[in-house]
Formats: sequence, C-alpha cells, structure tokens
Amino acid sequence: MSSNEDRQRAASTRTGWALSAPALLLLAFAASGPLLIVLVYSFLTPGDYGNVVWKFSLDGWRGILFSRDIFDGTLQLADAHLTIFWRSVKLSLLTTAITFAVGFPTAWFIATRPPTSRALWLFLITIPFWTNLLIRTVAINEVIRNEGIINTLLIWAGLITEPIRIIYTDTAVLIGMTYVYLPLMVLPLFAAIDRFDMKLLEAGYDLYASRWQVLRRVILPIVKPGIVAGSILVFVPSLGAYVTPRVLGGGKNMMIGNFIELQFGAGRNWPLGAALSMTLLIIVTIALLFYVRAANRGAPHG
Amino acid sequence: MNKDVAVEVRNAVKAFGQGDSTLRALDNVSVDIRKGEFFTLLGPSGCGKTTLLRLIAGFETPTSGEILLDGKDITQDPPNRRPVNTVFQSYALFPHLTVAQNIGFGLEMQGRPTAEVAAVTAKMLALVQMGAMAHRKTSQLSGGQQQRVALARALAPQPKVLLLDEPLSALDLKLRKEMQIELKRLQLETGITFIFVTHDQEEALTMSDRIGVMSAGKIQQIGTPRDIYTKPVNRFVASFIGETNFLSGTIDAGGVRLASGDVVEAGGIEGHAGKVTIAVRPEQVRLTRAGEPGALPATIASWVYFGTDTHCHLTLSDGTEVVARLQSQASGDTELEKGKAVALRFAPGAVQVLGD
Repeated sequence: MSSNEDRQRAASTRTGWALSAPALLLLAFAASGPLLIVLVYSFLTPGDYGNVVWKFSLDGWRGILFSRDIFDGTLQLADAHLTIFWRSVKLSLLTTAITFAVGFPTAWFIATRPPTSRALWLFLITIPFWTNLLIRTVAINEVIRNEGIINTLLIWAGLITEPIRIIYTDTAVLIGMTYVYLPLMVLPLFAAIDRFDMKLLEAGYDLYASRWQVLRRVILPIVKPGIVAGSILVFVPSLGAYVTPRVLGGGKNMMIGNFIELQFGAGRNWPLGAALSMTLLIIVTIALLFYVRAANRGAPHG
Repeated sequence: MNKDVAVEVRNAVKAFGQGDSTLRALDNVSVDIRKGEFFTLLGPSGCGKTTLLRLIAGFETPTSGEILLDGKDITQDPPNRRPVNTVFQSYALFPHLTVAQNIGFGLEMQGRPTAEVAAVTAKMLALVQMGAMAHRKTSQLSGGQQQRVALARALAPQPKVLLLDEPLSALDLKLRKEMQIELKRLQLETGITFIFVTHDQEEALTMSDRIGVMSAGKIQQIGTPRDIYTKPVNRFVASFIGETNFLSGTIDAGGVRLASGDVVEAGGIEGHAGKVTIAVRPEQVRLTRAGEPGALPATIASWVYFGTDTHCHLTLSDGTEVVARLQSQASGDTELEKGKAVALRFAPGAVQVLGD
C-alpha cells in the first residue's frame, strides 16, 4: 500500500521537475550564465578597444571608488563616482517615498470603490504600461522642458517671465521615475488594502484612536506586506534606471545605470563596468534582505 | 433629568438615500436605557436595531434627534470621544496584535501609563479566562476565544456603556449558551450598562433586564421579558416573540366576542372598541371534555408529539385554528384522537387584546 503511495509521490515529483525544466534551464543559462561572465570580466584587464584581455587585475573593482591620477599615477578617491552612487541611491529612495505618498491614497481610493468600478480604475492605472517606456519619457520631456507645456502655460498666464529650468536636473529624473514606477507601487498596495477588513477602522475609532492613530497603529501595520512589496518593485528598478536619467537628466546627471553603460561604450573599460554591475547587484541584494527582514517582523501570520 | 438613565435617545431619525429612494432605518425612536441595565434591542434583520446601536456608538450621525449619555449631548461626538465601546459581530480583532495587545489597545489610545495598561490587561485576561493565551495572535484562536478577547478589549477602558452587536451569532449552539451565561456574569461583575442587539428572541428573553422590540425602524414595545411575553401590545410583538394564537372578535360586555359567538375574558381591553385581535399563547390553552359550560367547542385536527409536550391543532366551530401546547402526562396522551370533539378553555389572564 504505502509503497504504491511512495511510487505515486515519486512520479509526481518527477513530473514536477520535468514541467519546470524549461524555466529552470532558461534561468540557469540566461540569468546565471551572463552573471558569471560579468563576475569573471570584473577581474580582467580592459582591452584597448573595449572587450577584455585575459589577465587578472583588481583595477576594475578599485576603479569603483578610486581613480588613478593621470600625471603621477597615485590613487585618489573618485568624487565623480561617489556623486553618481549617491545620486542613484538618493533619487531611488525619493522615488520610492514619493510613489508611496502618492500611491497610498490612490490605492486606498480604488480599494474602497464598489467592485464594479474598481476594475475600471485598476485598468486605468495600467494604461501607461501600454506605451513604450522611451516614448513616455520623451513625452515627459515635452511637458517639463523650457519651451514645454508647463513653462509655456505659466508664462502665458503671466506667473513667470523666464522658464523654470526643470529638464536635465535631478528633479526632472525624479519626476520621470515617479511617473514611470507609480503603478508598481499602487498595484501591490491595492492588493493589500483590498484584503484589509474595514471593520477594523471602526474598532480603532471605537477604542479611542484618532484618525492619525488609526492610520499609524492599525492600517499601516496591517498593509505592511503591500508597502514592502511596492517599495521593492519601485526601488530596485529605480536604482538601475537607464532610460529616464538618460532622457531627462541629460549627460551630466548620470545614475549608476548610465555610468555602467558608459564603461561598456565610450569608456572602453569593461572590467570597471562589470565591477559596477556587480556592485549594483550587491546593493540591491542588501536592500532586499533589509526589506524582507522588516516585512517579516510584525507581519500578520497566515 | 433622570439620574438613573445612562443613554437617552430622543426622537432619533436616520434616513439613508435621498428623494424617493429614502429609507428610514430609524423612524422617530425614543428610548431611555437605565444605568447598570442589560438592555436588549430585539427585532428581525433590517428593523433598525443595528442602526440605533451605531448611532449610540457614533459610527452614524442621526438625520435628526439627539443622543444623550449621562445627560450630556453626544450626538455630534466622534466614536473616539465617546466613553462607549462596541463588541462587533465579526469581533474585528486586530490581526497584527497579540491577545494582550488587543485588550490594551483602547487604554493605550487613551494615553494611560504603561503600568496601568499592563495591570488592567492582566485583570481583563483573567476576567474572560484567557490568561494562558495572552501572547497568541488572534488568528490562532477559536471563535469562542475570539469572542472573549473582543469582550475584554471593549471592557478594558471601562466604558460607561458596552454595545454588543449580535456578538453570539457566529457561535455554535452549545458555545452560544455558554457565552450567554458568561455575558450575564460579566455584566453583573462589572456593573456596566449593556446594550445588546439580537434577532434571537430566546437570547433576549433569557439575558435581558428589559427588551426593546423593534420593527420597521420603530420601537414597538419596551418592557421586561415577562411583560413582553405575557402582555404584547401588538400583533408584531406577539408573533415575533414565541408562538401565539390570534383570534379576531369584537369588544362586548365583560370580554371579547369571538366569531364563533363565544365570549372570552381578556386583558388590555381599555382603550379598545369594536373589532379587535386577541392573542393567547399555546401553553395557556387547556383541553376539556366537550360540552363543558363556558368552554369553547372545538375538534382535534391533528397533533404532533414533542416529548416534553404535544402540540395539538384544534378547529373552532367557525373554522378558526388554535394550537394548544399540552404538557406530556406520565400516563400518556391517549385521549388525543383526530376528529374528536373537545372543548377548550384559556387560562385566567392569558388572553391579551392587541393594538394594531
């Protein structure tokens, strides 16, 4: 009897592996493979016209924080690199914070609509995904540039005489990323708020909590898994963003993504680019571990 | 102002919707609930009892009318400024907090010192016999345990009035009986005024000091369980609480003349004239031998044996049906026979004249 059951279980396990084999193979070759190549390249020497020379070197990793003086060859802290790192982290955190501040009321609004209109609102939220990211980013450029819609309207209304310079600043990048990543914050927040039992609001008010206390002590702790999921979905791609800082930040306001691209392109320093990529991966992993730990602490069971 | 009144509802109206689709959930309701009393709002679903409770809790504002707590107008106060707590039908326990944290929540929000919160929480845990579960998450509790936590959480801030919105409806029968006794014990121990909402007439009769029977947004009758059962003021109250025989007749000298021509004595005649409906409980109907003077002639249509008693369906001479609930006799109920001619008598004081 039990040997029959064992055989059945073994068979179903085999089927499971067989069915997931294509995905596993794809992951192994398409994700781990390139990652391994990047890791190896980061320890090699740059070739003269790009590519790498198969000679071990730590210059790629050293180049993340230090640059060699052109004249005397001494190592110096690379201020420009640190600025780029700092800008990336700062803009990504700000993007996450702003998308949360804007997205939370939006998600709450949608979750509290009657079920019939809720589907429509969710549909509207996903509309931006229908258009190519580059097109959307260029459209933002059209809105905020010096001769763009906002400045033209403000000048026409007589509120300003000179156009406000937004384009090619950190603010422009921030606006662009907030716009692009907002749905990624709203959707998990909506899922969490949708599961939230609205009776708990009454229970909170009934037990002498003010509106602010109900938000902080009842709503936020309970929808925390949604907040964490949304933050990860926004923070991770923000940190590696390439298109938005390229189009809205101009050449100067680079983020890590643009900096990496530069090394593989005009910079012709593939090991540095590879080391930077690995650094980005490490930062993201650390951030994820931090988030997941925060999520598990105090999250409701079951 | 009466010092013994805890909650006074004055001419409360609550209308939902606008224009033609307006629904009057409460239609000019006035009620005084006394201090330390176990008051039950009883009625079928949609009668407005929960709306009245939510008005007292502060979750709804009346369209017109006032609500007074200890003589103070609280009509416009939000729920968090009313010394009134609610036990919700679904319990609404906080899933992210432990049992103890749930119970301490109200005290914490009131800004009580940590030591006091801990002390009162411990006391409440003991009161509802949940001390062993203090650090469990609420999702790990059974229905009855969640019920106890919900009670302790609402009692912890020592409210002036505790509101209970059908709190026992989610429990199975055995647990419900236990919790009825438990609730009554808690009410006596704490001395807090309880306002209890239910659609279960038995629950209302066994637990309450007074009952307010509601229907169609109005309070039909307020009284002790005994008053409500023995002297229902109208057909709705009589039929909603317990089983009743309704007979129509006209007021005559010394009683009510039934359609069959017989005259029966009835209470509550004052103020009535002409055609009336009278009510008599099945257990107040006595069977006697046919032809007894003063008894109503009837024939046995059918009977159902229930063990402790037998429900005997009788037909009066004009065709009216009357149910008699007969206590089972040790010797057995051999004299019941379909089609047999008998006579019936109503116990003294058992017949009640109803209003509309």
